[in-house]
Formats: sequence, C-alpha cells, structure tokens
Amino acid sequence: MTQTPTVPMDSPPAPSDLQDERLIRPTGARDTFTAQIKRIRTGDLGSLPVIVGLVIIFVIFQILNNAFLGPQNLSDLLVGATSIGVTAIGIVLVLLLGQIDLSVGSMAGLSSAIFGVLLTQAHWPEWVIVVVALAAGALVGLLYGFLFVRFGVPSFVITLAGLLALLGAQLALLGASGTINIPFTTGLVAFSLLDYVPSWLAYVLAVIAAGGYLWSSLSRSRKRTKAGLSSPGPTGTLVKAAILLVALGAIIAYLNTGGNTAGVGDSFVMFVILIVIMNYVLTRTRWGRSVYAVGGNVEAARRAGIKVNRVYIVVFVLTSTFAALGGLLYAGHLGSAGLDSGSGDYNLDAIAAAVIGGTSLFGGRGSAWSALLGILVIWSISNGLSLLSLDSSVRFMITGGVLLLAVIVDSLSRRSRAAAGRA
Amino acid sequence: MTLVSEVSSGKHESVDPVMSIRGINKGFGAVQALTDISLDIYPGEVVALVGDNGAGKSTLVKILAGVHPQDSGTITFHDKLVSIPTPAASRALGIATVFQDLALCDNLDVVSNLFLGREIGTIALNEVEMESRSWELLRQLSAKIPSVRIPVASLSGGQRQTVAIARSLIGEPSIVILDEPTAALGVAQTAEVLNLIERLRERGHGVLLISHNLADVQAVADRVVVLRLGRNNGEFRVADVSYEDIIAAITGATDNVVTRREAAVRAQTEEKNK
Repeated sequence: MTQTPTVPMDSPPAPSDLQDERLIRPTGARDTFTAQIKRIRTGDLGSLPVIVGLVIIFVIFQILNNAFLGPQNLSDLLVGATSIGVTAIGIVLVLLLGQIDLSVGSMAGLSSAIFGVLLTQAHWPEWVIVVVALAAGALVGLLYGFLFVRFGVPSFVITLAGLLALLGAQLALLGASGTINIPFTTGLVAFSLLDYVPSWLAYVLAVIAAGGYLWSSLSRSRKRTKAGLSSPGPTGTLVKAAILLVALGAIIAYLNTGGNTAGVGDSFVMFVILIVIMNYVLTRTRWGRSVYAVGGNVEAARRAGIKVNRVYIVVFVLTSTFAALGGLLYAGHLGSAGLDSGSGDYNLDAIAAAVIGGTSLFGGRGSAWSALLGILVIWSISNGLSLLSLDSSVRFMITGGVLLLAVIVDSLSRRSRAAAGRA
Repeated sequence: MTLVSEVSSGKHESVDPVMSIRGINKGFGAVQALTDISLDIYPGEVVALVGDNGAGKSTLVKILAGVHPQDSGTITFHDKLVSIPTPAASRALGIATVFQDLALCDNLDVVSNLFLGREIGTIALNEVEMESRSWELLRQLSAKIPSVRIPVASLSGGQRQTVAIARSLIGEPSIVILDEPTAALGVAQTAEVLNLIERLRERGHGVLLISHNLADVQAVADRVVVLRLGRNNGEFRVADVSYEDIIAAITGATDNVVTRREAAVRAQTEEKNK
C-alpha cells in the first residue's frame, strides 16, 4: 500500500468504482484497443462472429453473382428478411427465459390465413383484421403460458402440440380454397412489399438514431460523473455516433440509387424500430431485468420477489404475437395466404436467426439485436442461393450447416468465458 | 469476548428483542420436526443456532423466511404478533434470509443482483443511483469486490457470499438470517465473511447465524442456541461457555467419542506443558 504513490496527493479522488487497486484500467487509445482484443480472445465475442460471417457471405455471393450487392437486390433482401425477423424477436425473448416456442411458424401461417379469409371472404376492414390476427396470437401465447405455469409441462412439448394444432386451424380456415390471393391494392402488401420509405424520411431517421445514441450516451456519462462514478470520455461517444450516422447515411444513399423500386422498405423500418423498443425494454426496464434473471436462475428470481409466472406468461404472449405479426408481413410480402405459409423452414429460420445472432439456447444471455443480425445472415444465404438459381435442397443444407456452426461458436465461447472468469 | 458479552447483556436489560418466538411446533407427516421452540433475537446481537443434522435448524429458518408456516406457536416482531405466510411477508417484516445456495443470478452483474426485485427507477432503471448505492454498501461492509459491473459468475466463493449478504441489507432489515455462510469457503474467505458478520452487528442488525463450525460460532456469536431433535437444548452466552459444553448440548451427552478424544488430547497437552 505504501508503495503506490502513482496518484499525487492533490489529485481529485478516483471515481468510486475504480478504487480497487486490482482493477486493470485502460488508459489511452492503445490500452483500450488491447483490452478489446483481450475481451474477444477470452470468449466475450459479442456480435463479432456474426458480423464477420455476414461479410464473408456478402463477399462470396458477390463474387459468384455481381447482382447480389446491387441496390435492388439488397433492398429486396432487407424487405424479405422482415417477416421472419419480426418472428425471431419473439424467439429471442423466449430463449432468454431458457424456453422455446416451436410453433411460431404455424402461428404465422394461421395469422396469414386469418388475414386472407377475413379480407377476401368476409371483407372486413384491414386494420380490424390485423388487430384480430394479433389478438389470436396473444391468445395462443396466453394459453401456452397458462399451460406452462399451471402444469409445468416443458415448453417444447406444449409448443410442439401447438405447432400441429395451429397448423390444423390454418388448414381448416383456408378450407377448400387452398391458397387465397391478396390483391396488390391492399395496404398490407404495400407496406410489406411495395413501399419504400421516402429518402428524406430515411435520412431523418438516421439522424434521429445517431442523435439519440449520442444524447443517451452523453447524458448517462454526465449522470455518472455527477454521482462520482467513472465515465467514458465524450470523444469516443462522438466518434461512434459519427460512424453510425455516416454508415446509415451511406447505406440509405446506396439503396436509393436503385430508383423507384429500391430503398429502405417500410416494413424493414418497423422491424428495426421494434428491435430498438425491445432492446430498451430488455436492458433498461425492471421487466427486462426480470426476464434475464428468470433465464439465469429461476429460483433466485422467485426468492427475489419477481413474479416468475407472470414473466413466463407475458413472454409467451409476446412471442406468439410477434409470430402473428410476422405471419401478416409474410402474407403481405407474398401477396397470398396459402397452405404452406409459415410451414417448412419458417420455424427453423426464425429460431436459427435468434441463435446465430448470438442469443444463447441456455437462457439468460442475448439481445434483441441478435434477431436482426441472425436474420440478415440467414436471408443473405437464402437470397444469394436463389440468385444462383440453386435448388432449395442446397439452401436447407447450407442453412443447417450455418446454424450448427453458430451453436458451436455459442458453446465454445461459453467455455472460454468460464475459463476467463467472464461466464 | 468479555467486553462483547457485557455490552450485549447490558443491552438485554434495557432493549426489547426485535423478534421473539415462543412455543413453535412444526410437523411433517409422522415426524415432529420442531417441538416447543423458543428464541429471542436482540438488535446488534449475533445469535448462533447450532445443532446436529436433523435438529430442526433449517425448518426453523424456513418458518422465519416464510417458506412454510408453523403449526402452532407465536412469532412476535417489534412487540407485535405476526404471521409469516410467504417469503414476501417475511421480507416485508424486515427479515432477510441468505440461504446456503445464495440464490444469485450468475448471468447478471453485481449491481443487478444486489437490487434484483427492488430496482430503483420508475420506468427506466436508474443504473447510476443503483451503482453508487452498491459501492456505498460494499464499502460499509469493507467488501473486496473489484468491480460491480462484472457477472457474479466470475466472483470467488467469498465474494459471492458477500454479494448475497449485501443484497439482504438493501431493504435495511432488522434481522439477517445466514444459513451456513462459511460452509463452502476457504480460510481467508471465511475470515472475510466473519468480518462481515461483525459489520452487521455494528450496523445494529440482529443476526441469526446457522453454522456447524463451532470455531466460527465462538469467533463472532454473542449467544448460542442449541437445538437437539427439534427441541431447545440449551442457550449459552459465548463468553462463559466452553466448547465441550456446546458439543454436549448438541449431542445430548458429554460422554461420547468426540468429547472423549478431545479430553484425551487436552490431557496430553497439559501433561506436556507440565
């Protein structure tokens, strides 16, 4: 203790969270950089593997077909990824609890069938149908949640039963007609397929995003300094906000070079906004904290006074509702609601997206952003392969391989986190 | 030790107990786990609850923690008759229980664990306030935790115990119940936790310490309450009781293998000293 006169006597006291002499503190840019490298090496990968994977995928497909990174194809890719991406947000939530919902595909199929039937046969106003479909999703989730907390049946069994039951409901609803075509004049089709956000609005949204990031970071570090805690300097924040602004602006400008049939799709903007909202709810609110707590240690959460059953029920409701919303977007994107809507790879893609994006299958670890990153990976592969006019058999195999890789990365980084004391 | 004893005995004449339980009975099917148990806890006092396996310590703790209610008997808290039907009721009264398994969420950081279930903030969490209060609390306990923003999984056993105990103090409880806090700890970490218990006493909490380790009990406790086969089997002031007396009360006899060997060893060393 006597040999640590590194701090001159008259300097202000260290922030109260940095007083422990054992703490390794980065000072200066170089140290910060090496600290980042060390973090990655010890298994705190964050979203790095996904981003690297995404870049590799982009490069490979661009080499194979130079239309892949064209503004038109990228616009289609983003819009096409939206419906399953929205569903994947729900999967992230349920995975955070360490549970699973295998019926999101059937739920999406059912909600698109509801939309098709009520629109073309009952001629209800569109917004009413959307509300009905979302309510159907919420109701199914409520049932799952009730069965789960009341009888303690494992969620994968409940939702496996739900997968079949909902598929049955979808078939019954569509009846003899089979596939229902949804006219292109429908608002839903415009929203989820045809319409792009006007470019001025896209730029405004980019500015709002960067400004919001800047404002929240700066106000947080101001509050921390006031409370005598350490806070990162404003330079780093400013640089990050500037990078964010330039990157978003560049993407929007590039997509807009595709003319009238390219740009940032309406539904994609909604997808990102939903993610931002869910991310805020998960990381900054009491309810979000309780989701992570239940996923980490149910018994501890219960003893801490968290209403565990309520958390389960709300999450199941949200997951099914997101699936219903995904189904609506899917129907709008295809311009039809058929027997095969939401079947096949819809389920797997949504679950794979969440896992590939970095949400752990073991509960308690993950972020809403993993839905976006994961679905971009999956949809890029799918889109790239269909550009090469490869058969869907190849697509299934490759997606399966990528999912396996993502799970292996998850398990490996878990292990090295444990070894490096980050668990 | 004598000083502590005088201080706390002085207190007993003037201060009412925070909690007194009288005539508690609890049965599980054919087994009578607790029979007519009585116990007082005073503010600023560490009471050790000792007994063999199956003596009823855990059952008593679970009754106080609201895990299951007693069959009969009364619990008086601050001179008021109370019932403790649920864990939430127990906490609301001001009883904080730290169970042996600690009940921490490994994936959350120290701050989140400390404030789990009682986060500060209206809509958005007030992380800054929670973090500075965490530091304040940990400093008061002289806890050695380098950073409160690391997941609890990466802390040592003693640090985890510290976090669990610190968490119990967030609601400023009148009584802290510690179930085997040193059972899984090494020498240095045990000392750390015992220091922590001293701090709890200094802060004026009543502490009920369940332990098998009589060395720990003698190091920090003011009073020892012995349970044997679900009954009160003696209550001692630590200052004026010997290790053998406690063992005798726990086992029900002075004359057994443990005490005989103890006596033999002591006799030998005394002979050597002569």
